Amino acid sequence: MIGIEHYIVVSTILFVLGVLGIFLNRKNIIVILMAIELILLAVNINLVAFSAYLGDLSGQIFAMFVLTVAAGEAAIGLAILVIYFRSRGTIAVDDVTQMKG
Amino acid sequence: MIAFAFYLFATLVIASGAMVILARNPVHSVLWLILAFFNAAGLMVIVGAEFLAMLLVVVYVGAVAVLFLFVVMMLNIDFAEMRAGFMKNAPLGVAVAVILLVELVLGIGAYRAGELDLGTPLGDAAPMAGASNTESLGALMYGKYLFLFEVAGLILLVAMIGAIVLTHRGQRSTRGHQNIAKQNARRPEEATQNVKPEVGKGVEL
Repeated sequence: MIGIEHYIVVSTILFVLGVLGIFLNRKNIIVILMAIELILLAVNINLVAFSAYLGDLSGQIFAMFVLTVAAGEAAIGLAILVIYFRSRGTIAVDDVTQMKG
Repeated sequence: MIAFAFYLFATLVIASGAMVILARNPVHSVLWLILAFFNAAGLMVIVGAEFLAMLLVVVYVGAVAVLFLFVVMMLNIDFAEMRAGFMKNAPLGVAVAVILLVELVLGIGAYRAGELDLGTPLGDAAPMAGASNTESLGALMYGKYLFLFEVAGLILLVAMIGAIVLTHRGQRSTRGHQNIAKQNARRPEEATQNVKPEVGKGVEL
């Protein structure tokens, strides 16, 4: 019998993997953005699981909003990455401190 | 059968999530990410959230992951150099991850021991009887959550305009700065001018 706990455990492990990915790939900002997508995916799984568990569709509506924000964040993040690469020729995270005004 | 599907999807989503952060090549990371999204969509289908599952496939796999793939392939980056700090950061990262996992699992354990009574849903967002998941979601989205839905659309619009403004480079044609309309509008009488300068005074341009 698959219960709500199974879903929470899966989304927990996925969330922790996303956090670990940010630590492990500190130099590669593309993989950091992908790790953030993993974290948001874990949140979505949690919202959908509880929505089904409680018989309340609000959770799925909010998962859709999370999806919206994730898409916007990926678009803006990658756009910043592209112009940064264009001006510097590198995307090393360590050099980004030079961006501060 | 349901249990088998759940364990298949759960195992694959966790395995491909691990491969996203461990793959040496970011192109492989993106492909693993796509597999993770597909399996998460499977997880959502088996609890009856088919609309969100399809949205996940369309939005994440069709747009976000392809955007990542596009950027990874467009930027010509030395990925070996990027991996330099991998082992150096590993102990701290694993420690933080283990602490986080233990805390979260403890939280779930506490939840199982006896859940807090936070009340029951009001019922105004319950699935409609006899209607599909998509239909119920649509009624809710264009009813109770209409304003939030429009704000979400506005966020996407701002993100789109922001991305275009950030990456737009202005008009840069390959033929230099030739303006054909200006060339055609030019007349001989305004192109040349006869002047008779006095000796020793020079011409005013």
